[in-house]
Amino acid sequence: MRYSPLWECYQNEAKLTEFAGWMLPAQFAGLTLEHESVRQRVGLFDISHMGQIELHSAAVWEHLNHLVPTDLRQLAAGQARYTVLLNATGGILDDLIVYAHDQERATLIVNAACMEKNVAWLRQHLPSDVVVAPVQQALLALQGSQATAILQALTTDTLATIPRFGHCTIHTPWGQVWVARTGYTGEDGWEIQAAPAIGQALWRAWRDQGVTPCGLVARDMLRLEAGLHLYGQDMDETVTPLEAGLGWLVDWNKGDFLGRAALLAQKRQGVARKLVGLMGTGRRIFRPGYPVQAQGQTVGRITSGTLSLSLGRPIALAYVETPWTLPGTPLTVQVRDQELPVTVVKRTFYTRPQ
Amino acid sequence: MALTYPPELHYTVTHEYVALSGDVAVVGITAFAVEELGDITYVELPVVGRTFSRGERLGTIESVKAVSDLYAPVSGVVTAVHEELVDAPERIASDPYGEGWLVKMQLTKPEELQELLTAADYQAQVGD
Repeated sequence: MRYSPLWECYQNEAKLTEFAGWMLPAQFAGLTLEHESVRQRVGLFDISHMGQIELHSAAVWEHLNHLVPTDLRQLAAGQARYTVLLNATGGILDDLIVYAHDQERATLIVNAACMEKNVAWLRQHLPSDVVVAPVQQALLALQGSQATAILQALTTDTLATIPRFGHCTIHTPWGQVWVARTGYTGEDGWEIQAAPAIGQALWRAWRDQGVTPCGLVARDMLRLEAGLHLYGQDMDETVTPLEAGLGWLVDWNKGDFLGRAALLAQKRQGVARKLVGLMGTGRRIFRPGYPVQAQGQTVGRITSGTLSLSLGRPIALAYVETPWTLPGTPLTVQVRDQELPVTVVKRTFYTRPQ
Repeated sequence: MALTYPPELHYTVTHEYVALSGDVAVVGITAFAVEELGDITYVELPVVGRTFSRGERLGTIESVKAVSDLYAPVSGVVTAVHEELVDAPERIASDPYGEGWLVKMQLTKPEELQELLTAADYQAQVGD
């Protein structure tokens, strides 16, 4: 079992759970309060379990570009992109954010469960002059409309001008940290990479200020409301970005990349199933594996579901056969002995007020 | 967080409790079950008048985390169900042994009570 560098900051105040080989906080004061804090104000997450990989090479962008469907060569220093690593058949190995530091250095933040697989994959598929270096720093996420103001209070570096998916190094009273305006909640916010001791100092300082600590249960609902995929549930190596609703990541004009031929063939043929959003009524949660039905036939399966606190309704993601994927299509979900009505909707169930 | 198990109640290994009031059993779920489930989102309760044998599925409780069946801790006839909880299932968590009661049953085999766990045995069972 692995423990976060921030473990000692919260071990006595969190309900704990095992996730991808890590012992992590599932919940602090409770889902409702944690969720509300992030949606209304701000919440603090320990995300140190996420995989951190640095790549160094004089031609890092050219080489990495071949392993993803997105064109990374346009990425300037201080910018970042959400994308996926693909295998030769177009299957999704992992989803990740690629951060550009300069012409020769990138940081990848990947899923905890995929870390070892990704490192091996990168070492195998990148030329030997690319250094693939796993990093073990503390990672915190400060998410919510007040996040920027709270982070700004610790530094004289200007944060307001950093756009969404922008990132930079800032100076804090405890030392330098790297901050990125990214997150997994659908809110404005920051993800912060820091040496373990600095990470602990940040955690304690924000806790002392009254920032609500949040666990994985809240994080899962927040990401699902925002329509963000969870790797291993909403996608895996058996689905392509076109099926997973991530076609917008594919740049067909960037030149060849691993999996391109398979994706192109699938695009020409049309995908047989797609990831859709489903919204229901009542209070029952549509859980992974529950059948989705149309006219008495099973036409799909739930991959993620919850009873949304933001919407007060059950929401879910499901792979559904293409003819049944238009928004507004009425379907049913088999919940044990009941067949409950749902409607196909856009996957972004919740969008933050601008 | 210390969980409580009132000594006057009877308990099952499936985390129901029975509070006896004459020959009527008030059935609910234990503080341990509430803690394990986390945020409760849904309860499905039986209809009044139905007869259940001990161990039969009496209803369903769902939380954000899990789906859990509720089993009849004793044999009997349902005389009342706590309908208010259907729209406010989160209330189970705040007072599982009081306002969080789920079902009342008229016992048909009172001798079964002997087979339920005492608070001490139940506490030992859940390792708390």
